[in-house]
Amino acid sequence: MTQPSFLDLIGSGPDGWGPALAAGALMTILIALAGYVVGMLFGALGAWAKIAGGPIARGVAGTYTTVLRGIPDLLVIYLFYFGGSTVISAFGHLFGATGFISFPGFLAGALAVGVTSGAQQTEVFRGAYKAVHTGELEAAIACGMSPFIRFRRIIAPLTLRYALPGMGNVWQVVLKESALISITGVVELLRQSQIAAGSTGRPFDFYFIAAIIYLAISTISGALLQFSEKRVNRGVRRG
Amino acid sequence: MDIAFLYETFVTLISAIPLTLQLAATSVALGAVLALGLAVCRLSGIWPLDWFARGYIFIFRGTPLLVQIFLIYYGLGQFREVRRSAFWFILRDPYWCAIIALMLCTAAYSAEIIRGGLQAVPHGQIEAARACGMSRFMVFRRIILPLAIRQALPAYSNEIISMVKATSLASIITIMEVTGVAAKIISETYRAIEVFVVAGAIYLAINFILTRVVALIEYRLSPHLRQAPALPAVAAGEMR
Repeated sequence: MTQPSFLDLIGSGPDGWGPALAAGALMTILIALAGYVVGMLFGALGAWAKIAGGPIARGVAGTYTTVLRGIPDLLVIYLFYFGGSTVISAFGHLFGATGFISFPGFLAGALAVGVTSGAQQTEVFRGAYKAVHTGELEAAIACGMSPFIRFRRIIAPLTLRYALPGMGNVWQVVLKESALISITGVVELLRQSQIAAGSTGRPFDFYFIAAIIYLAISTISGALLQFSEKRVNRGVRRG
Repeated sequence: MDIAFLYETFVTLISAIPLTLQLAATSVALGAVLALGLAVCRLSGIWPLDWFARGYIFIFRGTPLLVQIFLIYYGLGQFREVRRSAFWFILRDPYWCAIIALMLCTAAYSAEIIRGGLQAVPHGQIEAARACGMSRFMVFRRIILPLAIRQALPAYSNEIISMVKATSLASIITIMEVTGVAAKIISETYRAIEVFVVAGAIYLAINFILTRVVALIEYRLSPHLRQAPALPAVAAGEMR
């Protein structure tokens, strides 16, 4: 029996894993996006607590960022995956279910990635807010804007402008972290490559193509980020 | 919370700490050497070297570490030539595969940090060294490298910490370091939260000590940024 070539393996022919890999890549993007959005929420909350919160809120936010930036992401994923299953099983038993109910991997992964990236996002948002000139805020107050309008028209757009490079970095980290979610059994790109590698006995080929797809996703999203950075900065005078 | 279980977990996990530290230290040390080489390639002005380093950094920073680990540990075994080569005894060992992957990955990130440090060396310092008659290599060894290390240290400490965190991925290829042992305890007891608290505390402690150590080194390396100590009365008197 002849071995299928590399192109046969990644194509859509009878030996091809192309469609499966494409679905895996899509799943990777989805789970990374979901984790990123959760991270934005945590980051916004954390930054808000650090900037405007009382001593308790600041303490909680400070502990959150220190702890989540100091422990491995894999550990957090284990916590959400196994911990979530334990909690859900306990709930299930209350309603008469028996045995072990596993927590959905997608949810556990998105939450875990969101919580870890939220810690980084907190610092990004906080730094960006600090970069907004007080003169702009004073001008907004002088114009008689209410706090909400001030936030919507002045603070949010300016913070976003300063935060965008940092947010881009966090996105790249989240994208790579999403590979860890494969351990929960979610069939994203890496898990799909593992399955394909196992059933064809060609691990190198499949991890290699997975690496190329990750590289492509991060390069394309990097270019998009650069483009949007240019766009939000179009009002800034240079030189 | 069950204190006895926490204590038992803590004792079990402590025995795994040396392996985590060993993985981190070996890969950071080897990675630093490789990173310095890559940074010098980037700045050499010789385009094949420059483009090789650029490509290397692009590939290793653009792909997840876990994919790199799988590619080395599972992937390379696909080739009969590799399985028959003299390196097979290294490449079939998960410990060495983890170290190779971590080293290659950290080298890519550190190379950019070191490059930033090298580029931040003020030109006047180099000119002064040349004016003293130092050779190119001596200028690099005595002037550029020490200044670059001082400059790059804060960013490099972040990289060391993320490497300590990255060693946890070695558990996926069966290495029983702290995360590996923690995962084993979780799957045996289903008490994820308690085990997470203990394992997380261990990583936090390691990283806290590391940041302190790096801060101390930074303090020692930058005496010029501190106020000069007050001269003792006798010495001040003699200076008159």
